[in-house]
Amino acid sequence: MKRFFALFVRSKGGVIGLVILLVVISLAAGARWLFPISPWEITGAPFEPPLSDNFPLGSDMLGRNIAAGIAYGAYVSLLIGLVSTAVALAIGITLGAIAGYVGGWVDQVLMGFVEFFQTIPSFVLAIVLVAIFNPSMVTIVGAIAVVSWPPIARLVRAEFMSVRSREYVQAAWLSGRSHAAIIVKEILPNTMSPVIVAGSMMVATAILLESALSFLGLGDPNLMSWGYIIGASRTVMRQAWWMSVFPGLAIVLTVLAINLVGEALNDALNPHLRPVEEGS
Amino acid sequence: MTAPSSRVARVRDLSVEITGQTPRRLAVDCVSFDVEAGETVCVVGESGSGKSMIAHAMIGLLPSHGVQHCGGQVFLGETEVTALPEEALRRLRGSAVGMIFQEPMTALNPVMTVGQQLDEVFRAHTSLSAAQRRAKATELFADVQIQDPARAGSAYPFQLSGGQRQRVMIAMALALEPRLLIADEPTTALDVTTQAQILALIRQLQRRRGIGVLFITHDFGVVADIADKVLVMQRGRCVEAGSAASLLDSPSHPYTQKLIAAVPVLRSSAPDQPPTAQPSPLLQVNRLSKRFQGRGGRVTTALDDVSLRIDAGETVGLVGESGSGKSTLGKMIVGLLQPDSGAISYDGLSMVGLSRKQLGAARQQIQMVFQDPYASLNPRHRVGDIIAAGPMGVGVERAAAYARAETLVQTVGLPASCLGRFPHQFSGGQRQRLSIARALAMQPRLLVADEAVSALDVSVQAQVLTLLRQIRQEFGLSMLFITHDLRVASTLCDRIVVMRSGRIVEQGPAWSICGSPQEAYTRELIAAIPGRAPR
Repeated sequence: MKRFFALFVRSKGGVIGLVILLVVISLAAGARWLFPISPWEITGAPFEPPLSDNFPLGSDMLGRNIAAGIAYGAYVSLLIGLVSTAVALAIGITLGAIAGYVGGWVDQVLMGFVEFFQTIPSFVLAIVLVAIFNPSMVTIVGAIAVVSWPPIARLVRAEFMSVRSREYVQAAWLSGRSHAAIIVKEILPNTMSPVIVAGSMMVATAILLESALSFLGLGDPNLMSWGYIIGASRTVMRQAWWMSVFPGLAIVLTVLAINLVGEALNDALNPHLRPVEEGS
Repeated sequence: MTAPSSRVARVRDLSVEITGQTPRRLAVDCVSFDVEAGETVCVVGESGSGKSMIAHAMIGLLPSHGVQHCGGQVFLGETEVTALPEEALRRLRGSAVGMIFQEPMTALNPVMTVGQQLDEVFRAHTSLSAAQRRAKATELFADVQIQDPARAGSAYPFQLSGGQRQRVMIAMALALEPRLLIADEPTTALDVTTQAQILALIRQLQRRRGIGVLFITHDFGVVADIADKVLVMQRGRCVEAGSAASLLDSPSHPYTQKLIAAVPVLRSSAPDQPPTAQPSPLLQVNRLSKRFQGRGGRVTTALDDVSLRIDAGETVGLVGESGSGKSTLGKMIVGLLQPDSGAISYDGLSMVGLSRKQLGAARQQIQMVFQDPYASLNPRHRVGDIIAAGPMGVGVERAAAYARAETLVQTVGLPASCLGRFPHQFSGGQRQRLSIARALAMQPRLLVADEAVSALDVSVQAQVLTLLRQIRQEFGLSMLFITHDLRVASTLCDRIVVMRSGRIVEQGPAWSICGSPQEAYTRELIAAIPGRAPR
């Protein structure tokens, strides 16, 4: 673990990303203490510019605190990003691994299923799903996962097909190991680098998707999210730039940070990029 | 204009530096030599000796990271390469010097026909019309003896055999009539017979065109066949140089002696002691056939009615060119492929059509060592886990499995400390040792070695062969040794089976196959062995 961390910090971008991400996480975790008053509460005059009393990042058209909204929104964005990615990865890796390892008609059926999802524009599908099942945390996470697993399944399948025929996989088969052991221990670790990178990008995309849904008014009505703040501010963009700029900045920084961390993770996880140890 | 001098390349005190923190500072250390027109200079050494680095430095193709040119000069004709800017170098490559590589598959673009790729060389360097270019291409393909040169250009690289691809590479390298051809291990990936043909082709083209050839190899057998002058490289330094005849006859440096001694010699005399033990068959292959359905309904017969017997404690060599079906047979014996018809019985147990579960322990008693030492070990696992995973999978206790792994790495000649390292930290020969240790961990009785030493340098090959002999003795193993190299088979095997196009051509005791071959094809294989042909 210590070694892994040492490898991780070799990447400057990764460290910067990690720092930003830690700030966002602590903001999300500490929102209740930093801003004891709910972001939905009106706490002062509307359209207060940034750095005015009580409103470090200004207030919206109802006099609600933008800074509080961003802090609470961080929690929502991160949670939705992570959970929906986890669900999408679980579906994508499982189906992709089975399709790539078994091959034949199983592969054809599963890939037909994947194509069925890929032919529908993903954002439209997400809107339809959320609209049908009423916007809530669970349906939003579900909708994002449903529209984002197909590329992962394709990626994992392609990786599996190439790794499956490697000689070390044949050697594992010859030593009598079960298919499950071969899939999980021999093949999966060798397919993880691109999946981790794709996964980290997916967290970013999921955050963007959630923002877009909230922007359209399809967010969870009980949760203050970044997309909701931007959506609410679009009519007053010229009077109150701060209402859209700060949550927008939060999205950009978080997405960027996640991408940087994903990139550094990939490098650190790849044994080929590790420095050669002594005596070899 | 003055007549061009006969010296096509001159290298003076060439040094290439390894940047970054490494124990060795120089990849190439003050190397000097000349290549005359019509002459072949061989640079010989093991991998890592810096021999390829010389070739790359000569045409300004050193990788931009890790190494840099740090001294000395290279002249191609009268031009000093080491002083040229990148743009001038680019024009020089191809026109003044052609290069061919070890693996023609990766050197050719897979999505372009070879004709288009050759055409591009002309388009980039000349102002010929399309028709002229086509005529030139056909002429070149005829020159490198590709069958049906007029149509050869429309083939994609994957449709050609390794030998044909190397011919295409030679055609491309010679397209602009350079005066120097640099050949970087051009025959290492090829069968012995194809290698002989390519070597003959290079010699022939060289005589006809009067070009100089810089030939890089690790195999002194090849050197004996082709070289006029020899340069022996060890750890970046030239340890010995001289004319091929004198250097091969009386090598003075111990390293040269070691490399020459490592070349396997065809053993063709009967052993002193005939085996005394009564042979008991361990594996019997009966009338095995296999057809592969290619794309477009084309059927290739990989195996055609093949029968074979391996006795307990016996090593059988399976010799043939690529495409002869020898690897297919090996894969069927270990159970990676199922035959269309025929029977395989191991220790009295019929194996065809049974699942791994039904076969139980018998399956694990047949293990395999693979050809490519870089693809046969999982790069994500530590060596200890790789070796112990197999036994643990069949119920051996974790501690016992790791203890066995530790003993085994020592058996194959590596320190116990290597268990905690990853495969990429080992050289090709060491990886092959680890592959053998992994196979041994399953306590096999039959080891199938599929071209297990073909990807290794000759000197490393000799060490791995010694190891195979030693473990065969120590563990009482039977072995099926699959190779394209009759020399190697003759030094290791009791019996040799020669295969061609899915059929067995000839089989018998190793010494008699090599000493008095009955079939024309076997004689062809023996004649193709480098270093044997009279010069």
